[in-house]
Amino acid sequence: MAQHQVNYASSGGLPVVLTSADHLINWGRSNSLWPLTYGLACCAIEMMASGASRFDFDRMGVIFRASPRQADVMILAGTLTKKHAEFTRRLYDQMAEPKWVISMGSCANTGGMFNTYSIVQGVDRIVPVDIYLPGCAPRPETLQYAMMMLQQKIRRESANMNKNKKQRFI
Amino acid sequence: MQQPNKLKPFFENLNFERQDNTMVINFGPQHPSAHGQLRLVLELQGEQVVKAYPDIGYLHRGVEKMGENMIYNEFLPTTDRLDYIASTSNNYAFALAVERLLGIEDKVPRRAKVIRTMLLEINRIISHLFFLATHALDVGAMSIFLYAFREREFAMDLMEDYCGARLTHAAVRIGGVPLDLPAGWIESLSNFLNKLPEQIKLYEDLLTENRIWKMRLEDVGVVEPDDALSWGCTGPMLRGSGIAYDVRKEEPYELYSELDFDIPVSDRKDSYGRYRLYMEEMKESVKILRQLISMYPKTECKLMAHAPEYISAPKEEIMTQNYALMQHFVLVTQGMRPPKGTVYAPTESPKGELGFYIVSEGEPYAYRMKVRAPSFFHTGLLQDLLVGTYIADVVTIIGSTNIVFGEVDR
Repeated sequence: MAQHQVNYASSGGLPVVLTSADHLINWGRSNSLWPLTYGLACCAIEMMASGASRFDFDRMGVIFRASPRQADVMILAGTLTKKHAEFTRRLYDQMAEPKWVISMGSCANTGGMFNTYSIVQGVDRIVPVDIYLPGCAPRPETLQYAMMMLQQKIRRESANMNKNKKQRFI
Repeated sequence: MQQPNKLKPFFENLNFERQDNTMVINFGPQHPSAHGQLRLVLELQGEQVVKAYPDIGYLHRGVEKMGENMIYNEFLPTTDRLDYIASTSNNYAFALAVERLLGIEDKVPRRAKVIRTMLLEINRIISHLFFLATHALDVGAMSIFLYAFREREFAMDLMEDYCGARLTHAAVRIGGVPLDLPAGWIESLSNFLNKLPEQIKLYEDLLTENRIWKMRLEDVGVVEPDDALSWGCTGPMLRGSGIAYDVRKEEPYELYSELDFDIPVSDRKDSYGRYRLYMEEMKESVKILRQLISMYPKTECKLMAHAPEYISAPKEEIMTQNYALMQHFVLVTQGMRPPKGTVYAPTESPKGELGFYIVSEGEPYAYRMKVRAPSFFHTGLLQDLLVGTYIADVVTIIGSTNIVFGEVDR
């Protein structure tokens, strides 16, 4: 009867959400990106600053984790040396799928100003990179923007990681 | 045998499987409390450390070698990346060494000296606040991290207003400073200085008598004065062991001989004493900065030393006089040619004695460049300091030594 009828227009719509599995899963993934605390050099200080009081990364669902097993994103913040490269690859392999990599700063992108015998000239030689941040050191706002770009990228992708043609590391 | 073509770890005489009761664990290089890329190999007997072996070199960037292949002005921004928490102190240490080599240290104008000393002390505050934040975070006091970073951002705003960069400043030039202070900067500095002592009091109220803080820090990481001297400790590590040595007093540079400030010394020898020392040093920096603010208006507006053979003339002269333009061209394309000789200029960086040793053969490139960085010696001390402590105290001790890997590995 009349009392059973609910006015859906006034109470904010049907109590049913119609969505695709991709959207639902990607909504969850993109809004709780947990990066690995992987400070390598100067950029790590800016990475800490973006997690601290003024820039407050937590409001975007970004909480730094100390263990690669709990992390979704690897932020490579700083200069990667050849001595350290092996550990980077090992940490990347230890992270659970799905996983993404942000290369923060000039040193991580291309080796930057350190074109010397001990520096890996770009971390994309070691791990596949999703987002490159320019700057030496990038400001915390830049890192936050990169995280937002990564969220957009995740929302565009299929939730089934096998379908995404990811850059393969040889 | 190490195979150079394969990425395979090469552990020096390390055997992780032991027959006796000791256990070997690997700490770092990706440990959130390792302050960068420190790798410690710890041998444990139960929970006690019986042997500690710091393995460094994970951030070795070849900075000294770069310095030998760059002209002097070109190398200055690279020094930012040594101790990246207080960049200006590295810029300044390098500029001072080159100025002594050129013999133009006395020709630096007074206004440039006032600005430089201000920047050095702001960097000291930034570095000490960072020490407090990370040390407290390692020990478990998360809220101090948030409070200290809040104040640090205001100090970094001051640096940003002056030189445009937050972290890598390059705010000092050889022979002076590039810019005068912008309008309103002095007011923002005095606002900051009025606010900072209240905040330091807040941190002290939260920590100094805190029971957990005292339990974690007291009698942890005791450095005997003899050990501190023989390991080459400087800065708060040395003063925390009761030895009053500060380069600002012993070999004054810039305006430190004219300024009135004290050197806090603690004879507790432990991490708690060093924490108290850092807090006191921040208060002294506030005192120094207040004196510099009143010195600033009494100086005339001249920023670079007048030494035409080494340093480009002011822009007006370059644009109007042919000879100044020619000299400027040579200085920019070929670089300055200092006289033959060697120089070592010690400065008191926030972490200890930072000095650049330069051997010049009269060429635009240094023949040898050596960076004497304080953190390197403090990392060496760890192998003595950690023995006998518990595994839970290892992060406290590393935090209390305040090492930065940019300048350890260089």
